[in-house]
Amino acid sequence: MPRVLGSRWLWLAATVVAAAALLAAIDLFAEAPAPRPAPVTLTVFAAASLTDAFGEMAHRFETAHPGVKVRLSFAGSQQLAAQLAQGARADVFAPADRRWMDDARAHGRVDGEPRAFARNALAVIVPAANPARIGRIADLSRPGVKLVLCAVSVPAGRHARELLARLEAAPGCGPGWVARVLANVVSEEDNVRGVVGKVQLGEADAGIVYRSDVTVPLRRAVRALDVPDSLNVLAEYPIAVMADAAAMGAAHAFADYVCGAEGQATLERHGFQPVARVP
Amino acid sequence: MTAAGHRHGAAARAVAPPAHGTPSDILGGTWFVLAPVLLTLIIGLPMLALLTRVPPGALLARLGDAVVREALALSLVTGLGATAIVVALGLPVAWWLATRRGVAMRALEVVVLLPMVLPPTVAGFALLMAFGRAGLAGRVFALAGVTLPFTTAAAVLAQAFMAAPFFILAARAGFAAVDPRLLDAAASLGASELGVFTRVVLPLSRRALLAGAAMSAARALGEFGATITFAGNLRGVTQTMPLAVYEAMQSDLDTAALLSVLLLVMSVLLLAGLGAASGLTALGGGDARRGRR
Repeated sequence: MPRVLGSRWLWLAATVVAAAALLAAIDLFAEAPAPRPAPVTLTVFAAASLTDAFGEMAHRFETAHPGVKVRLSFAGSQQLAAQLAQGARADVFAPADRRWMDDARAHGRVDGEPRAFARNALAVIVPAANPARIGRIADLSRPGVKLVLCAVSVPAGRHARELLARLEAAPGCGPGWVARVLANVVSEEDNVRGVVGKVQLGEADAGIVYRSDVTVPLRRAVRALDVPDSLNVLAEYPIAVMADAAAMGAAHAFADYVCGAEGQATLERHGFQPVARVP
Repeated sequence: MTAAGHRHGAAARAVAPPAHGTPSDILGGTWFVLAPVLLTLIIGLPMLALLTRVPPGALLARLGDAVVREALALSLVTGLGATAIVVALGLPVAWWLATRRGVAMRALEVVVLLPMVLPPTVAGFALLMAFGRAGLAGRVFALAGVTLPFTTAAAVLAQAFMAAPFFILAARAGFAAVDPRLLDAAASLGASELGVFTRVVLPLSRRALLAGAAMSAARALGEFGATITFAGNLRGVTQTMPLAVYEAMQSDLDTAALLSVLLLVMSVLLLAGLGAASGLTALGGGDARRGRR
């Protein structure tokens, strides 16, 4: 189309029109207030370790609140916090540690004071076939063991390293044990369910996850080693409503539900330790 | 608007006074001008945003960061390794596909081109099912004491898996464009089939081959899904640049931006190399045919 290509004024005009249209579109998407459709959609950003417990709670909550649809987004807490920092829309945030809640608060995303709603101990898991013949925690430092952890930025990764540091005092471990264990790490996952998957598939010899991750169906595929309670690390999960929640009422109702008697019972059934005071 | 001449006429009318064109002609003509502008903005704006995110000073200062250095080195090694494997295996395969027909060739074609349309995470999971420690072939490897997942070799394999079709397509087009009479002539002068391939076919299709290799290298360099699924994510071992970008994005945006800019620069260099290799445009096939003339 040589004539079209040759007309410079048209190109210029088209560029201006296109740029204006694009900017207008961006503006429209960025500034438009979230529409309030009659059926409310509640978006919940939750740590990957809450997948099963929150899945069940969302279902029960929907049944109890007709017209509310709960949309769950599970990922590593650090990833959810990064999305919130970049402006992702959510109504409720439930990370697996205080750090990423504070991060979201620092970005002005949180409404009011977060509430702690659950605690979770850690578990060292090995595949049922146990290819590396790991019989006790001290064996994790044996050369050649393929250990999978979460990255340090992931709460489960930070907690796992804290647990290892505490375990150095356990019988059979001793000085230098942590360094030898960390030298066995073959992959750093971006959420705790990634660790579960690698162990479940038998690709990793061992992994450190939450006790609640060892779900009933998973017990056929993996075995958890004993971690002395006195040395175990307890992760504490906070929950908060977002400052710009589109479904503010439903968001508060959901947070209350999680902290309430029924939510706490569900969490306990899924291997968490309830913490919130039951009203 | 069927014939080419018709189309030209319509487009020309779009810029002429509206009296000469129907409204649909004007709309169509405008769209042909608007589309490239819009597409340039959609693709160009993010690139621009990326470049403005990182001040050049910070770029140089952070270039020495261990995360950046290790990811860069690993990406170069694995990318080159994967491209070498793809070329070595792809040359004969492309030759078969270019010169033979039949059900077997059809099947071979489907198999080797499959990664191009397969979601990378599916590819990674499939690789795990095949070459993982508990996988079909992996179980046999494990008997010999070889395990692939979580090793640099696994990252190379994932990249080669995803990059192979790009080289094979370009090479096949290049081979198909070689004049068969030249092959007959060479054969009649006593050259063996392998001799004809190395001394006649390869030199004549070198542009297509270079372009295909560059496409493969770019695809290998950018591989993410199959790598993180099959090879895992460990700094210095399997954490290539795209994986490092993904991880840094969750905690350290400056590093993520720097790594992204580096990848962008490397990709542009490959694209430039691609252009130089193929003479004019980015894809090998057409140019090889042009070279024959």
